[in-house]
Amino acid sequence: MVEGRISKIAGPVITAEGMKGAQMYEVVRVGEERLIGEIIELEEDRAVIQVYEETVGMRPGGEVVGSGAPLSVELGPGLLRMIYDGIQRPLEMIKNETGDFIQRGVDVPSLSRTAKWHFTPVVKEGDKVVAGDVLGEVQETEVITHRILVPPDLPGGVIESVAKEGDYTVEDTVAVLKTADGRRELSMLQRWPVRLGRPYREKLDPEEPLISGQRIFDTFFPLTKGGTSAIPGPFGAGKTVSQHQLAKWADADVIVYVGCGERGNEMTEVLEEFPHLEDPKTGKPLMERTVLIANTSNMPVAARDASIYTGATIAEYYRDMGYNVALMADSTSRWAEAMREISGRLEEMPGEEGYPAYLASRLAEFYERAGRVVTLGSDERYGSLAMIGAVSPPGGDFSEPVTQNTLRITKVFWALDASLADRRHFPSINWLRSYSLYTDAVEPWWSRNISPQWKEFRVKAMAMLQKEAELKEIVQLVGADALPDRERLVLEAARMIREDFLQQNAFHDVDTYCSPKKQFAMLKLMIEFYDRADEAVSKGVPAKDIAEMSVIDEIARLKYVPETEYEAKIEEINNKLQEELMALVEKYSER
Amino acid sequence: MAVQMKEYTSTTEVAGPLMIVEGVEGAGYGELVDIKLSNGEKRRGQVLEIAGERAVVQVFEGTKGIDTRDTKVRFTGETIKLPVSREMTGRIFDGTGRPIDKKPEILPEKFLDIHGAPMNPTGREYPREFIQTGISTIDGMNTLVRGQKLPIFSGSGLPHNELAAQIARQARVLGEEEEFSVVFAAMGITFEEASFFMKDFERTGALEKVTAFLNLANDPAIERIITPRLALTTAEYYAFDLGMHVLVILTDMTNYCEALREIAAARGEVPGRRGYPGYMYTDLSTIYERAGRIAGKKGTITQMPILSMPDDDITHPIPDLTGYITEGQFVLSRELHRRGIYPPVDVLPSLSRLMKGGIGPGRTREDHANVSDQLYSAYAEGRDLRNLVAIVGEEALTDRDKRFLEFAERFEKEFVTQDRDEDRSIERTLEIGWRLLSILPERELKRISSDYIKKYHPNYKEGAKEGSSEEREGQAEE
Repeated sequence: MVEGRISKIAGPVITAEGMKGAQMYEVVRVGEERLIGEIIELEEDRAVIQVYEETVGMRPGGEVVGSGAPLSVELGPGLLRMIYDGIQRPLEMIKNETGDFIQRGVDVPSLSRTAKWHFTPVVKEGDKVVAGDVLGEVQETEVITHRILVPPDLPGGVIESVAKEGDYTVEDTVAVLKTADGRRELSMLQRWPVRLGRPYREKLDPEEPLISGQRIFDTFFPLTKGGTSAIPGPFGAGKTVSQHQLAKWADADVIVYVGCGERGNEMTEVLEEFPHLEDPKTGKPLMERTVLIANTSNMPVAARDASIYTGATIAEYYRDMGYNVALMADSTSRWAEAMREISGRLEEMPGEEGYPAYLASRLAEFYERAGRVVTLGSDERYGSLAMIGAVSPPGGDFSEPVTQNTLRITKVFWALDASLADRRHFPSINWLRSYSLYTDAVEPWWSRNISPQWKEFRVKAMAMLQKEAELKEIVQLVGADALPDRERLVLEAARMIREDFLQQNAFHDVDTYCSPKKQFAMLKLMIEFYDRADEAVSKGVPAKDIAEMSVIDEIARLKYVPETEYEAKIEEINNKLQEELMALVEKYSER
Repeated sequence: MAVQMKEYTSTTEVAGPLMIVEGVEGAGYGELVDIKLSNGEKRRGQVLEIAGERAVVQVFEGTKGIDTRDTKVRFTGETIKLPVSREMTGRIFDGTGRPIDKKPEILPEKFLDIHGAPMNPTGREYPREFIQTGISTIDGMNTLVRGQKLPIFSGSGLPHNELAAQIARQARVLGEEEEFSVVFAAMGITFEEASFFMKDFERTGALEKVTAFLNLANDPAIERIITPRLALTTAEYYAFDLGMHVLVILTDMTNYCEALREIAAARGEVPGRRGYPGYMYTDLSTIYERAGRIAGKKGTITQMPILSMPDDDITHPIPDLTGYITEGQFVLSRELHRRGIYPPVDVLPSLSRLMKGGIGPGRTREDHANVSDQLYSAYAEGRDLRNLVAIVGEEALTDRDKRFLEFAERFEKEFVTQDRDEDRSIERTLEIGWRLLSILPERELKRISSDYIKKYHPNYKEGAKEGSSEEREGQAEE
């Protein structure tokens, strides 16, 4: 082990001498309290270390001890339902040790060493296995079966022995493997360095949408399983609520939620709320499929940098078992700022707006860990990891480096808009600025599972919103009265799409989740409304009369109609629409 | 320990708020430094950086008069601690925690590290208790809850002090009489501003419940770095040791950030946006995040920082970074103020993130969320139309649009506007809201569930004439 001495302390960054032989990114223990740190720069025998805990009181001359290993996370049964800090220490355990406030120097294992898990072997003696093969299974929570895999960094071999079905701790040996390099005892616990992506056999193109039950996402700007998206917006525009909605309702198997430099109360909200919310797919509490990583803004800044990687590694681990995983990072700007802060302390040459020059490559490396893959192992498992990164641009200005560099990588852009939030249009996603490059990729899925007309209606609705924006400019100049009736009808129909389709109330029991079927039915109704009304207008009915039809109010309330009743309601609305339009056409044709 | 008590006279450099001491042995990062000037004056500082035997010290009371020959420096081996006691209520301290009200010194019950420690998210309890401030734009539209941090974004010349004082005066939780306390921290505000608060507290008899830390405009700027931390340490003691409900008012955070920038510049750090240090977000969060409530403990800390936006610019780094940490913001508008509207809260950019948990049946009223949403969207539409009218004239508007226009006008005059001493109950606030909404065609009230419309819309209230029902409400409050 390398042992050195502290020579300089400046905030979270310390310098140690006598560190010859230490590795880049090696974890070290610093000072009497053995605080955890990571080497981020080496020069001869001098190492610069970022410390994951508060450094107040540390003195030059203090001991620095290397661990010989890079920053790693523990992987195994027991991850789900946990809330960790940025370097994977369980916050619940820290609370038991130090009380309601986090003190430093706490050393607790990430996974419980005493909890027993019911292990069921899948392999038997004499089986040949390769890295990534399933050794056995553990029912980790009611919804997730944890597959114990041969670690990806092991060569293949022959099973010499395997544990009988029964209860074991994560450290108990569950299988012994005979490899070319000798005998290896395998437990349910694995370690993996956080900055290194876990290997897979092959990356595939995404094809299935990640359904979130949010109309503007699913219908207009879809994300895929294994896709990446960025959600930038100024404060108060609803980033966190959108992220929470995705964490709640996205149809992924496992959710990893990273609260990176955000508010303590928001993490508490998730902790209080998730155990009581049901997954619409399984009916089980959402917490059963969720791992939380919380590094609130006032926790040490270096651990904030690590929290993103910790999250990504845990997410990849579940992906490797063959699950669809979604990772939410709120917010990546705080991560970038942590990089900037550390870089500043290192006195590195700053790039744009003081961010380090490697900002772009770090962001790219992170998002590239997403994707749909064929996992390691001989049984053709498919897994995916989707990433959704919130970005908090200063002043809501999207031209800043973090937003711009993120947009160069992610395929979906959900642009939050403060002016929409001001009028309580939520989710306040600007429909004209946002985009998704996956619309073509998911079209076959919608066409197969919902309706072949999905694309057609979606394009029509988008065109209508675009047209509305153009017309509004004219209205600004000359007033609405100057528009011909057909264009006024476009305004009315676009308003309907905006208010009655795009707006969605996250806090309403029914409206918080809208199934793809209902989404399509609603959109179809609105487009058909426009088509029919347009026909009526061409027969002489004034747009004003159409806007006053009472059926419009019923369309507006459709989003609050439960999943089991909306079909009947739509039929009723259709009939009523027919009647009211007929009446209007008759009235005006008589003249 | 003997080594730590050694006095150094090896100051080699003094620059701005910083001094550099060489040949130091065994001093720790962040520890408190006692400085004795050649004329006998004592000052305090903190180690900002230590490299080998060279320590960079920031001096809270300023470096004026410090020399490089006779000034004696002693490293105390401790971080800065504040002596706290129940006796602190009703007392006034300077920006470094020394009593300035000519009353005796505090007999400390405890010494607490002023930097505090981050609250464990698993130990927190989500804030849900509605605080009635008696101000419609707050209670009705941006509800404050116990344990929230909600700043006032203001500008120079706007009545943010009046508003903060009114909130401090009127804030209460319905149906409860519990021990509450106000901790007031002034950073770089003028004597007059501080005196306004003190007089207001005195006038209303609240002074005995106030603990004040005053760093005025002519006090050393660097002191401002610790003033809010002293206030919050006191607040944490009151809330989590003594079980009190504490409202912390921090004013003016802009001056705090200026002090932060001054130190960063003196250290020659790489500046971030507009010269503010890159770690300002982290630094501010160590102040703002010290609000909240802890599961199983009675007391709470509610924070109300006040900051003046330079040039009324909400995208300036100070309000911007603040908004990303706090749970919403009240934004004051110069335009409303010019038109004589008090309090000039511009509700559109204002927000309370914790509102949804603090309102509804059992807390305020079942229709609250709906009514607030509807008021928001109607007012936003009215304001848009106002811009349109400026171009095309009112004649070009449809009848529906005219009603929205009228709504926006009356919303500002009747809902937003209230007296400096007017304490409106939440029922009264919602009542006014409904009255204004009745200007609009009923079918435009899309944000409100039809049940509530039937129950609360003035059109459906049988026999009840508007005026009389309001008077009844008004009297009931007294």
